[in-house]
Amino acid sequence: MLRKLFKFNGGVKPATHKADSTRDPIKSVPLPAQLVVPLHQHVGGTPHPLVAAGDKVLKGQRIGAADGNVSSAVHAPTSGHVVAVEPRVMAHTSGLSTLSVVIEPDGEDRWIDCEPVPLRAMGADEIRDTLRDAGVVGLGGAVFPSHLKLKPAKGGTDTLVINGAECEPFITCDDLLMRERADQIVRGAEIMQQLLQARRVLIGIEDNKPEAVAAMQQAVSARGADTMEVVAIPTRYPAGGAKQLIRVLTGIEVPHGHRSTDYGVQCFNTGTAYAIADVVDRGRPLVSRIVTVAGNVERPGNYEVLFGTPMDHVAALAGVKPGTDRFIMGGPMMGFRMPAYDVPVVKATNCILVGSPELFPAPAPEIACIRCGECARVCPADLQPFELYWHSRAKNFGKAQEYHLFDCIECGCCAYVCPSHIPLVDYYRFSKSEIWARERQKNAADVARDRFEFRNERIEREKREKAEKLAAKTAAGRAALSTTAMDTVAASAPAPASEGAEDAKKALIAAAMARAKAQREAAAPQNTDALTPDQQAQVAEADARRAAISPAEGDAAPTEQSVR
Amino acid sequence: MLSAILVMAGLAIVIGAALGFAAVKFRVEGDPLVDKIDAILPQTQCGQCGFPGCKPYATAIAGGEADINQCPPGGEEGIRKLADLLGREFKPLNAENGVEKPKSVAVIDENTCIGCTLCIQACPVDAIAGAAKQMHTVIDPLCTGCELCLAPCPVDCITMEPVGETVDTWKWHYPVIPIRTAA
Repeated sequence: MLRKLFKFNGGVKPATHKADSTRDPIKSVPLPAQLVVPLHQHVGGTPHPLVAAGDKVLKGQRIGAADGNVSSAVHAPTSGHVVAVEPRVMAHTSGLSTLSVVIEPDGEDRWIDCEPVPLRAMGADEIRDTLRDAGVVGLGGAVFPSHLKLKPAKGGTDTLVINGAECEPFITCDDLLMRERADQIVRGAEIMQQLLQARRVLIGIEDNKPEAVAAMQQAVSARGADTMEVVAIPTRYPAGGAKQLIRVLTGIEVPHGHRSTDYGVQCFNTGTAYAIADVVDRGRPLVSRIVTVAGNVERPGNYEVLFGTPMDHVAALAGVKPGTDRFIMGGPMMGFRMPAYDVPVVKATNCILVGSPELFPAPAPEIACIRCGECARVCPADLQPFELYWHSRAKNFGKAQEYHLFDCIECGCCAYVCPSHIPLVDYYRFSKSEIWARERQKNAADVARDRFEFRNERIEREKREKAEKLAAKTAAGRAALSTTAMDTVAASAPAPASEGAEDAKKALIAAAMARAKAQREAAAPQNTDALTPDQQAQVAEADARRAAISPAEGDAAPTEQSVR
Repeated sequence: MLSAILVMAGLAIVIGAALGFAAVKFRVEGDPLVDKIDAILPQTQCGQCGFPGCKPYATAIAGGEADINQCPPGGEEGIRKLADLLGREFKPLNAENGVEKPKSVAVIDENTCIGCTLCIQACPVDAIAGAAKQMHTVIDPLCTGCELCLAPCPVDCITMEPVGETVDTWKWHYPVIPIRTAA
């Protein structure tokens, strides 16, 4: 059946470089000496560690528990013992460290007791919690926790899109996964369809991967999934962007500020579908993924890599050629340069691109924008990249946001075609992080203002309440006393009414003084009370002595000194 | 002549009444300028400007009693924003009020703390938790780094620690244009 396909605006056709890494099947990687598993590998809260140095762990054992619902768990990628839980350099351009669990493998690679998830017996919420605790996140690169996306949309989900487009040059991990393990991907898609209650499933694959298309088609027909369809789409970067793929397959253009779920479409990567099937059918949490090693290597290929494996350990298997000056995580268009060669492979690592000056020459120096408009023609998000660039360059962030900076998917098409070699995406990334920083600062200031105002109000209120309480107490006391005082005054000397108040006051004072005296006497018993006659005599004697000495007290000190 | 005067007087009465009504009906609560200035100030409530909090300083600026360069936590950027808002010239931070420091949070040395509650009373944003004769601790996401808790501490167990960069707060650098090396 021929399906009518749609087009997204813009896009580019860079050389794909995919053939080299698809010759061999997926290979396994020998265990490295140490695995460094960062706890923060996904969008959302950082999981808190469940293990400490010295603990023994089994493969698939949970070592980091999800922090709230917008988070995901992390698991031990192999069996062994925990050497340390400490900050280590993470796979991030900044070169900053994050809390990581360092595991020394024992070589046994022994799994925990894996039990398939009984889907039918569980509620949808339970299944989502299971996926969260199995650490399933989007493996296309965005690493958004999948359980959050597996809720049926308010208006119902019509279409589930499985993204096998894999449009970025060099990367072939999804291609190989589809060729070799199509059946399990289709099974994962079925589970997702069931959870989302989607009417149909569309699997979009770029037409430069005919083997993958054929394998997937075969798997779909073998499973007899008649609501599922494999669609070959034209090869054009970035057809694998979620919004672009949805546009191509369904014709729906998701407008600014909306999500595809508002239009009944949800999108997942093939790798995520595979991982979900692994969790449900085999009870195995996400501990590894397929990673492409390409670029400046002798044998480009795909490897099944445990999370936490150092990148150089994997790259060495492919034979890193001399002249390598960097590792890039991801592809040449959207990838990030790694701060070191031994940073760990994480859930977001779809490709280790080994770079060299020959393969990726340093960009020519940036020259002035000539306003050719080429960037606007290729922008797949229908933005005006030159406007974004001017405003970002001038640090005019408000204006940049007016031009929908945050709709930019950082695909790099604009920088790819720019005849002035302007690193446009770098400007957008700079602007975005500046805007986020300002937002954070503003929120912090607002919180501080609210708390300060509340505190002042509270102090005022406490003062007021105290004063009121005191006033009430005095009034009550005065009322009680004045009646008794008036009685006594009235009894002793019947005075004229005008002097009554004055006398009452005097009587009050007298009464208070009497009370105070009584209190003092009662409160401070003297040690001279109740003495025996002997002690009395001693005291009297001492007093007499003191009286005799006191006139000569002035001489006492010098005498003491002379004695010394 | 008379009719002209009457018309003008009538107009004056009608318009005056309308204005008077509008002044009562559409009265703006609070001073909008003070709120705008207050929104720029960093809300550390540190009092380094010489006023007891950011709002009083904002009121003083609006009233012309204080200058715009008395807020060290706001720094140069804050002064620039105030200058923009008020249409004044930028001037460097007044050194009498202090110097701009990197964002820090207070940290209580829990071994030394005697639980006197003095810092709790000094904290303008209630960011210190504790009770009499119980150990105190700073709730760091709420701490504004105002340093007001340092002075009251009788055992000097509070220090200011700069907030390090994390992956969540890390910022991309401004793209630098490389200078071509001479051939």
